[in-house]
Amino acid sequence: MSEPRGWKNLPLGALPYKLSLEYKTGDWRAERPVIDYTKCTRCLICWLFCPEPAIVWDGSNVMIDYDYCKGCGICAYECPVKAISMVPEYRGGSG
Amino acid sequence: MIPKVPLDKQIRLNVNGDEAVAYAAKQCLIDVVAAYPITPQTIIVEKFSEFVANGEVHTEFIAVESEHSAMSACIGAAAAGARAFTSTSAQGLALMVETLYIASGLRLPIVMALVNRALSAPINIHCDHSDAYLMRDSGWIQLFVENVQEAYDTTIQAFRIGEDERVQLPVAVNLDGFFLSHTMENIYILPDDVVHEFIGGYRKPPVVKIDYLNKEVSYQLNPAYPLTIGPLDLYDYYFEHKIPQIIAMENALSVIKEVNEEWFALTGRRYGNGLIETTYVEDADVIIVIMGSSAGTVKQVVKKRRGRGEKIGVVRIRSFRPFPYNDVAEALRNAKVVVVMDRGLSFGSFGPLYLEINASISDLSVKPMLLNYIYGLGGRDLSPEMIERVIDEATDVLKRGVIPRKISFVGVRE
Repeated sequence: MSEPRGWKNLPLGALPYKLSLEYKTGDWRAERPVIDYTKCTRCLICWLFCPEPAIVWDGSNVMIDYDYCKGCGICAYECPVKAISMVPEYRGGSG
Repeated sequence: MIPKVPLDKQIRLNVNGDEAVAYAAKQCLIDVVAAYPITPQTIIVEKFSEFVANGEVHTEFIAVESEHSAMSACIGAAAAGARAFTSTSAQGLALMVETLYIASGLRLPIVMALVNRALSAPINIHCDHSDAYLMRDSGWIQLFVENVQEAYDTTIQAFRIGEDERVQLPVAVNLDGFFLSHTMENIYILPDDVVHEFIGGYRKPPVVKIDYLNKEVSYQLNPAYPLTIGPLDLYDYYFEHKIPQIIAMENALSVIKEVNEEWFALTGRRYGNGLIETTYVEDADVIIVIMGSSAGTVKQVVKKRRGRGEKIGVVRIRSFRPFPYNDVAEALRNAKVVVVMDRGLSFGSFGPLYLEINASISDLSVKPMLLNYIYGLGGRDLSPEMIERVIDEATDVLKRGVIPRKISFVGVRE
């Protein structure tokens, strides 16, 4: 992330001066979706439902972009073969 | 000085204040009008929709379902680069408030005619300034007019002021409900082409530099270069985004003055220095400060008493936001008693105009005594006799050197 700007260098009317791509929302996450590729059928239901979109399809596999995934769990809920599980990011003192 | 368009080249029109605003709007090449009718503003919308129906304007007229939608539609239109206009009164403005802040925060130079009316409850359709005071902190420029001619003139000026590149803020033109909105007056209007030239043709949105597009683009929604207008802005940037808004308001002080002078050169009419209008203040011991149509009555009474040798003056505030603190301080410098007349008040405080005048004189080494008179709530007339009594009381304060009451209420029964 670049240095925050002062008011003299901002465009008029509260326009953002940078793209939202620079604003990584992955650290909002409490649980991360993890795909079990042995169960995944590449149906793309998760890709379709992800509101971010933080699920990337490269033509042969779906992958989660953890820079932007907020951990909402919609993909895990919608997956018809239950190939996605939500894993806690942090387990407290015990790790 | 002979104006560029002398009176014999101007058109005489017998109209009320609302019609005068509608005629001004008709000449301002407005792209979108979104409005909802409410007394006493109704005639503006009614008249303008006639112009649309007759094909006399190119304007897209959006008959919205509420004032919240009216302002929202104006914001959308202005964000797309259009020149947008609306009009409302009292409760309509109250419903609009949320979106007023968005119009100013996004720096969209929408113009609104606010036909001043008292706020409920009890329900009342007549004039006071409580609606204008309600939007005091919303970031809009607020101009108050004294008569129907000024309502016409100021509506046209408002587009120039708001759209000036140093300003880029929405402007509310305040005219007193019924006293001006429904009162016929013979006024002079300009030919269409003169107005078109004065406002600089169709609206041209300002140019902004966008780093991620690596170019300068027009500040408007356009699929060719997508912009996000007004996204989430938390503690990291919100404060920074407010500073240019504050500076734009400061800039408006000089822009209002400039436009007033340009209008004078064009039409032969000007209103004080654009921000305030002073009458007999130079040697006045007692000065009355007032806004809106009642200023005319006050000036008439003061003129009469001047004839008897009484040193009384009048300051009419034309620009309430931005407030011209320095001009006011200069005008009140030599006064001994200042009477601030407010057509509205902040419950538990004083009249909002009183607070501004108090702030204006706070840096003077010798401060005048300050009195606040609340008058005309809910459309109660301010008669010449009432003004006489106010002047008598102020003269008494001048003689005794003591203030019996800080705040008084004019013409209310006990």
